[in-house]
Amino acid sequence: MATLEIRDLHVSVDTENGPKQILRGVDLTIAGGQTHAIMGPNGSGKSTLAYSIAGHPKYNVTSGTVTLDGEDVLDMSVDERARAGLFLAMQYPVEVPGVSVANFLRTAKTAIDGEAPKLRTWVKDVNKALADLDMDADFGTRNVNEGFSGGEKKRHEIVQLELLNPKVAILDETDSGLDIDALRIVSEGVNRFAAQGDKGVLLITHYTRILRYIKPDFVHVFVDGRVAEEGGPELAEELEANGYERFLKAGAK
Amino acid sequence: MSSSDTLVATGNRAHSHGPGSPVPLQARSERPTSYDVADFAVPNGREEEWRFTPVKQLKALFEDAAGTETPKVDASGPEGVVFETVAADSLKVGKPQDRAAAVAWNHAGDAFAVRIPVEAELTEPVHVNVASLGARGFSHLIIESGRHSKAIVIIDHSGSGELGSNVEIVVGDGADLRVVSIQQGDHESIHLGQHDALVGRDARLHHVAVTLGGKVVRIGTNVRYAGPGGDAELLGVYFAESGQHHENRLFVDHEAANCKSNVLYKGALAGDHARSVWIGDVLIRAAAEGTDTFELNRNLVLTDGARADSVPNLEIETGEIEGAGHASATGRFDDEQLFYLQARGIPEDAARRLVVSGFFNDIIGKIGVPEVTEHLHEVIEDKLARTAELSESAKAVIGQ
Ligand SMILES: Nc1ncnc2c1ncn2[C@@H]1O[C@H](COP(=O)(O)OP(=O)(O)O)[C@@H](O)[C@H]1O
Ligand SMILES: [Mg+2]
Repeated sequence: MATLEIRDLHVSVDTENGPKQILRGVDLTIAGGQTHAIMGPNGSGKSTLAYSIAGHPKYNVTSGTVTLDGEDVLDMSVDERARAGLFLAMQYPVEVPGVSVANFLRTAKTAIDGEAPKLRTWVKDVNKALADLDMDADFGTRNVNEGFSGGEKKRHEIVQLELLNPKVAILDETDSGLDIDALRIVSEGVNRFAAQGDKGVLLITHYTRILRYIKPDFVHVFVDGRVAEEGGPELAEELEANGYERFLKAGAK
Repeated sequence: MSSSDTLVATGNRAHSHGPGSPVPLQARSERPTSYDVADFAVPNGREEEWRFTPVKQLKALFEDAAGTETPKVDASGPEGVVFETVAADSLKVGKPQDRAAAVAWNHAGDAFAVRIPVEAELTEPVHVNVASLGARGFSHLIIESGRHSKAIVIIDHSGSGELGSNVEIVVGDGADLRVVSIQQGDHESIHLGQHDALVGRDARLHHVAVTLGGKVVRIGTNVRYAGPGGDAELLGVYFAESGQHHENRLFVDHEAANCKSNVLYKGALAGDHARSVWIGDVLIRAAAEGTDTFELNRNLVLTDGARADSVPNLEIETGEIEGAGHASATGRFDDEQLFYLQARGIPEDAARRLVVSGFFNDIIGKIGVPEVTEHLHEVIEDKLARTAELSESAKAVIGQ
């Protein structure tokens, strides 16, 4: 059972006017088999949390710890974190010109597994993963995310999630910008991943809409760089009804 | 890829007749060309055609005197190709456009000619190796493809010397000729070359300039059309490392009707004082109705301290054209791409290689000569390995 533990995480970014504090003491434990939703208004630091866990160089961890099964994640390079079992589905997936999806997926799979996948089963797996996300097989020959629509980019993230099959998946607003069909397709992918039983999911979202398809075990309301309130699925229902108003007032003090 | 003005100067003259454009192409095409060295003053670096070039390092190739060593030229090819030595002025397709070309023309002696007979279809590439050995030398090549012939000619420039060269290319009517010119001299080598091609009626020229080594390499490629229906694809790949200057200057002169030109040059730069210059001049004259042309230059700056200049110029004297366009972009290595690949488990050095080979992928695909593309992949890998070592030692120095 994988466990991702985030303790008292403080993160800042460098700006022209010096460092700016964004995360102010985040505590979160995601055990295998659990799905956690993080909900919060724009600018509350959700992506910062996701990127900091993945190791984006822009974010400076000023204090706190992140461990995966007891291993110090913060001490690892970005690729080591991925090989340790972390996966980040990005809010804005990056285009990589000239690198085909097929080449990218095979290179990533080889890096994660430490050996090249068996050719015969791999081609089948890729085609199935694409088909499951309602993507044409010829996406394999396209360049990574280049010329993809917003929805295709998000579905491509979930294709990678299913093929790389990490221990813990962090999904940063994978639902944003999706129409209802795409939202359902993406949610089914996440649910297939979670259904394996021992996987952790950290679902970051701005809207409650995706929670009709993916049932979280825990909901955390994220305001001003920390978890303002936690609860079960009923917390999401409250947010659905009343929005973030109550938390923003509290956050503003 | 993001543009960066601090590191990188990108020519932004949208059209040569736009504001801020010092030299109209019409003037450029009327710029003196001559077989006589005395018609060109020794460049001081302030001239329009030399202002990007480190002329101080080129004194030996401006001096109107015989070479100190004749470059070694050897050639091989499949049955059908003819090699011969001919008088320098036997073709006169190219006329020197600057002092270095005029010096080379006059001191190279006879020209080495590669002839592809009428209707010959060569099954294998022709190889011409030009080795300049530690001194000042000049070479003159002629490539003449007969009507309806089909051939690939690979010129490999190597060695440690200072080389001035002229290459004259004639593509016969209806012929299909691919010329790949590889510049991979040693680190201290210098090479100033001028290529002139005359594309026949309904002929197709595929010209590739690959610069992989040399302290200063400057290749001018000039294309004219002998009749309507000609098609020129002009490709270039370069990778300048610390202290290297790689310059490509193109001039496509559309005078005949219904001809095409497509220019694509891509370069990477890594290391302190790595420098590239790309000048792409396309002139569509009044008579050249139905012209279809596009030119594109892209540069990828991999480290601090490197600089790429890119100046596309397009001048159109007739409204009756199929299409004309140009684009130029210079960007730094995109760390977000690196992060994305690493976030999928791919180690940093492999991710870096993937991004750079992705950058070159389309142009390498277009080169279409397997032995050249394989060689390119290998050399680019080597260069990236060196770049990685550089940045590792830089990190060590600043104690990261
Ligand atoms: N590089 C940066 N420079 C300055 N401010 C930044 C930078 N990155 C993020 N921020 C700020 O940090 C806050 C949190 O951003 P983010 O984590 O993207 O929030 P969310 O994902 O919840 O919308 C925002 O106020 C944002 O403007
Ligand atoms: Mg965000």
